[in-house]
Amino acid sequence: MSDKHNQLDWMIGQAKKGRMTRREFVGRTTALGVSAALAGALFSKAALADEPVKGGTLRLGMSGGESTNTLDPALSASPAPFSILRTWGECLVDVSETGTVEMRIAEEVSSNADATEWKFKIRSGVEFHGGGTVTADDVIATLKRHTDEKAQSGALGIVQGISEMSAEGDMVTLKLASANADLPFLIADYHLIIQPGGGVDDPAAGNGTGPYKITSNEAGVITTFEKNANYWDSTRGHADGVEILVINDDTARIAALQAGQVHMIDRVDPKTVASLSGDTGVVIERAAGPGHYVFIMHCDKAPFDNNDLRMALKLAINRQELVDKVLGGLGSRGNDFPINAAYPLFDETIPQREYDAAAAAEFYAKSGHDGSPIMLQVAPGAFPGAVDAANLFASSANAAGIPLQIQVEPDDGYWSNVWNVAPFCASYWGGRPVQDQMYTTAYLSTAEWNDTRFKNAKFDELLLAARGELDGAKRKGLYSEMATILRDEGGLIAPMFNDWVEGRRAEVGGWVANPQGTMMNGFALSKCWLTA
Amino acid sequence: MHPVLKLVVQRIALGLVLLLIISVVIFLGVEALPGDTAQAILGQSATPQALENLRAEMGLDQPALTRYFHWLGGILTGDLGTALTNKADIAKSIGSKLGNTLFLAGSAAVIAVPLAILLGTIAARYAGRWPDKLISAITLTTISLPEFVAAYFVIFFLTQVFPIFQPVSLVLPGMGFWEKLHAIALPVIVLVMVVLAHMMRMTRAAILNVMQSAYIETAELKGLTPMQVVWRHAFPNAIAPVVSVVMLNLAYLVVGVVVVEVVFSYNALGKYLVDHVTKRDLPVVQAVGLIFAAVYIFLNMAADIIGILSNPRLRHPK
Repeated sequence: MSDKHNQLDWMIGQAKKGRMTRREFVGRTTALGVSAALAGALFSKAALADEPVKGGTLRLGMSGGESTNTLDPALSASPAPFSILRTWGECLVDVSETGTVEMRIAEEVSSNADATEWKFKIRSGVEFHGGGTVTADDVIATLKRHTDEKAQSGALGIVQGISEMSAEGDMVTLKLASANADLPFLIADYHLIIQPGGGVDDPAAGNGTGPYKITSNEAGVITTFEKNANYWDSTRGHADGVEILVINDDTARIAALQAGQVHMIDRVDPKTVASLSGDTGVVIERAAGPGHYVFIMHCDKAPFDNNDLRMALKLAINRQELVDKVLGGLGSRGNDFPINAAYPLFDETIPQREYDAAAAAEFYAKSGHDGSPIMLQVAPGAFPGAVDAANLFASSANAAGIPLQIQVEPDDGYWSNVWNVAPFCASYWGGRPVQDQMYTTAYLSTAEWNDTRFKNAKFDELLLAARGELDGAKRKGLYSEMATILRDEGGLIAPMFNDWVEGRRAEVGGWVANPQGTMMNGFALSKCWLTA
Repeated sequence: MHPVLKLVVQRIALGLVLLLIISVVIFLGVEALPGDTAQAILGQSATPQALENLRAEMGLDQPALTRYFHWLGGILTGDLGTALTNKADIAKSIGSKLGNTLFLAGSAAVIAVPLAILLGTIAARYAGRWPDKLISAITLTTISLPEFVAAYFVIFFLTQVFPIFQPVSLVLPGMGFWEKLHAIALPVIVLVMVVLAHMMRMTRAAILNVMQSAYIETAELKGLTPMQVVWRHAFPNAIAPVVSVVMLNLAYLVVGVVVVEVVFSYNALGKYLVDHVTKRDLPVVQAVGLIFAAVYIFLNMAADIIGILSNPRLRHPK
């Protein structure tokens, strides 16, 4: 018994030092006879038991940065600019790691009964780096700037739904064109950083309210920050300074982490995870996010306008094999709709689609396809491992008698010449904070990014009904019905959801996996600290 | 006019004409790429409406010819314009990156050129014997490795096995000279490995070629030591071919090292150019393309002129 206790103490100690992941901790403690629930709770306690340590310079190595990047929040898109944005700026609210709305610049959010009018109370005394405090007018000017098509904001689709904005004292009121129960989740979009005067004069000034101030910025190379001494929230911003280094090469990024030149890196190649397990200075972090890799068929183009053929292809893909071989096991199987457990109101009871060569062959025969080759267009950059995934798909489909063939396209020009043009190709989605946004972005009949040309009146009707439905249980039912329609009739083949796989040094404290986005949803620098 | 001066003036004028032609070629090349800047920036998130807005804002709706002459006018007045993608001033962005490019190329050249010539001379002196074979084997091995493989080897040995250097070559404005040199040690090692063999082999071949001449035999018969023969009599006559290879390699060190820049995250022109090609950012591609072309033309011109000056027959034409 005492031996068991010693082992448990040792493991808690390791967890406290950050040397053990939750998965490992739960696995090893349950082997001692501790229940999984208790093990999980013990781990959380151990991980949280550490008091934040102040000081030091925390360095982050990021992929996806280019010398073409800008600090304008409206135009930020890839991983490095995303983390930079999160470090100097803040939104009205955030979505927490458990999928709840967390108050930031807004301190209260409320809506009327039918979710058509929302009120945000602005926190008083939140200071911009360049001086002055956040007012309701700044908030409105910011949202207005993103509604201007000239700003080319990535959040245009979100703010377009707001028909009227008004400020009164510290209260911002947003009236919506149609009911939307998810508005706070949408307002948490990372583009919607509150800027003084809306950032209209100089959108790329990098003047925000975040825990760190920009001291220098060389696009695609390095951005350095110093602590914002007047930051309003003492639970964030523990280091004296932070730096974001762009290291686009996967191998170099891992080498920099191992050598201690940086403390955290994003996008660890699943293939290298095993080789890193021997390095006690490095901890690999995983979070099951909403991002997924897809093969998309245009439902309005032959031969994919035939649902039997679509179904045959959906049944002819071996999802588990793809998760194991393409993701190195660091992910989960998809079910041909774009939602997984990372979303609130996900229905886990929808049966998982499996590889079934016999059923696929049956649907293929029923479709009456003339036997000519079915071309799947793919490029290495469609998603990491896309060509491998497509080849695995082709071989499992061929085993079912479906003449699926791969056509490899160059990365260059793929998103303009193939994606959203070719009737059957590989792509990816980063996911959205809520189901409504994901479906509205790509599966509503009128959606601009409807890259499967899926048009279903019943589906649209359910989507609009769910949007105004404030009763969670009823909404969940509506979403479940939509998921089933898309799963059985849509043009989407979603074989796998990819985990965020990231690395940090063991001396980094305060890491909490966040499924919402890369690098703790961009807050790794804001929330973590250096223990040594 | 002195024939050499006349020649230099001719070469420079020809170089300028070449640059103009190159600017047209670069422009046409970028135009011919699939998709345009707007499409490349928006990527998977492109909607027809967003594309149209972005194109109008960037002036991409203007005819190609108008855009070309507008840009050419800017260049001639010293205005490189602003990047389409992030609206940064191109001249300013290029300034620091060009400095870094030249610093890296210069550091590599300072080590590689004398080393290659020395090794080449030794190899020629001991042609066919073990020092020659050893030098050839080592340098041919390093040139045969793809740059990124060489880079990974160097990273592995010098940051993981023997942690002497940092894998990311971070050079910041406030750093001192030695600090910067320490930061770029790894890319310098890789580049020296890559360019050494070519120059070494050329030096060896050129010297061996001269060694066949009758006057070398005379020198040997005078009783000079083999090394004296090589340095005093063979090498001066081997300069022209060696210089042209050295210049080619210097040009490569300036314009061709993007892979090394990416692996070591070094902030220099190659990566800057590739980033902007991906985004079809024409003003930047043209500006950097022109700089690279100018470097090539200048170095080749220098090789020609040095070659002529080193040859009395060309220096004093009849």
